[in-house]
Amino acid sequence: MNVTIVDYKSGNISSVINSFREAAKSKVNIEITSDLNKIKSSDKIVLPGQGSFKNCFEALNNINGMIDTLNEFAVHKKKPLFGICVGLQMFADFGYEETETKGLSWISGKVSKIDNQKGKFKLPHIGWNQINIIKDSKIYKGVKNNSHMYFVHSYEIIPKNKNVISSTTNYSSKIVSSIEKENIFGTQFHPEKSDKDGLKIIENFINL
Amino acid sequence: MLKKRIIPCLDVKNGRVVKGINFVNLKDAGDPVEQAKIYSDGGADEICFLDITASNENRDTIFDVVEKTSKKCFVPLTVGGGVRNVEDINKLLNCGADKVSINTAAVQNTEIIIESSKKFGSQCIVVAIDAKFNGKKWEVFTHGGRNKTGIDVLEFAKKMEESGAGELLVTSMDKDGTQIGYDIELISKISSNINIPLIASGGVGNLDHLVDGIKLGNASAVLAASIFHYGKYSIRDAKEYLDSKGIPVRL
Repeated sequence: MNVTIVDYKSGNISSVINSFREAAKSKVNIEITSDLNKIKSSDKIVLPGQGSFKNCFEALNNINGMIDTLNEFAVHKKKPLFGICVGLQMFADFGYEETETKGLSWISGKVSKIDNQKGKFKLPHIGWNQINIIKDSKIYKGVKNNSHMYFVHSYEIIPKNKNVISSTTNYSSKIVSSIEKENIFGTQFHPEKSDKDGLKIIENFINL
Repeated sequence: MLKKRIIPCLDVKNGRVVKGINFVNLKDAGDPVEQAKIYSDGGADEICFLDITASNENRDTIFDVVEKTSKKCFVPLTVGGGVRNVEDINKLLNCGADKVSINTAAVQNTEIIIESSKKFGSQCIVVAIDAKFNGKKWEVFTHGGRNKTGIDVLEFAKKMEESGAGELLVTSMDKDGTQIGYDIELISKISSNINIPLIASGGVGNLDHLVDGIKLGNASAVLAASIFHYGKYSIRDAKEYLDSKGIPVRL
């Protein structure tokens, strides 16, 4: 089996690579590439994302054919895809970081700045927070409810259809911390930085 | 609820861990990769490496340390010391650092913070501020605490937030190495003046100091070095103590 981490030259993906390699335990090949043919032929793909929604989406868009390839993979072929942080946020129709930016439109909804109650809560939301698992998601197999995950973000995804939400997290308000819609998975937190529980989620995705 | 973070800091020189008393008198306290692994297994919320002599000598050893550590530790890794430009940040991130802390270069050239936070995201840009009280106000120091700048710490902190820093790591040079506790006044003044998280550093000698940094200083995270790596307290001891004082921690 091949799991491909999409390298679209936006942000630092070393930790994602290291954690997937650790969780795969050399049984599964972890490929890191922006090569569209390799992405197409993968069994599963990972879409990381750091920085702003706008920069990430532009970086995806700058690779000719990348968005079509991702659409074909996730929407038409319905193969498993895992978005992390801004990788997840880009599933939405629109993002509002810096300026309104169109997203992948896989999950109906938008990405807006977290309401920090006029400065009462610090932004970015950085650090360890608990997830309240509200959907029996395959990626949470063996992960206890209220486990701690590592978050770093100032924006949150707000899906129109609440059924896609697989976990939430309490900060200044209730934040969507993960999503599952058929073959599409995403976490707002960073499983690659979330210690053993994070590695377990990655392992679950690899073993889907 | 968001938990308060405990961050053990390893001062690294030529690939080995040391801890200075007021930035001098270095003692060797072991291999950074092994130390970091012990900390992350013990429940550290983050690991911090400060390459204290990187500005002067043998710079490349830190890249090797970061690369090895990031393959063994799956909690956030912050690396600082001798970061001069965007390319240095890029290189550390590529080696596996999750955040890079920038000290002298941030004072000399704000553009590095603006540019790097745009390029890599604010989440990985930490501005490290070394502060010293001059009798009237806290002043920013650079070059590992050797050079005074005359810059007011509160103004500088605000400027760094506006330039795109994701977090501030504030070290009191008056307290660093003394083990008598954080400079609470400094920490709380900056913290109440900014909207990004503040990591308190410099002066921890016991677990009550960590409690004070959070409760009185309003820090989002507390950083300490010597109390952890000479085995005085484990990370677990610290977390249980904070928990007993009603501070939310990841246990």
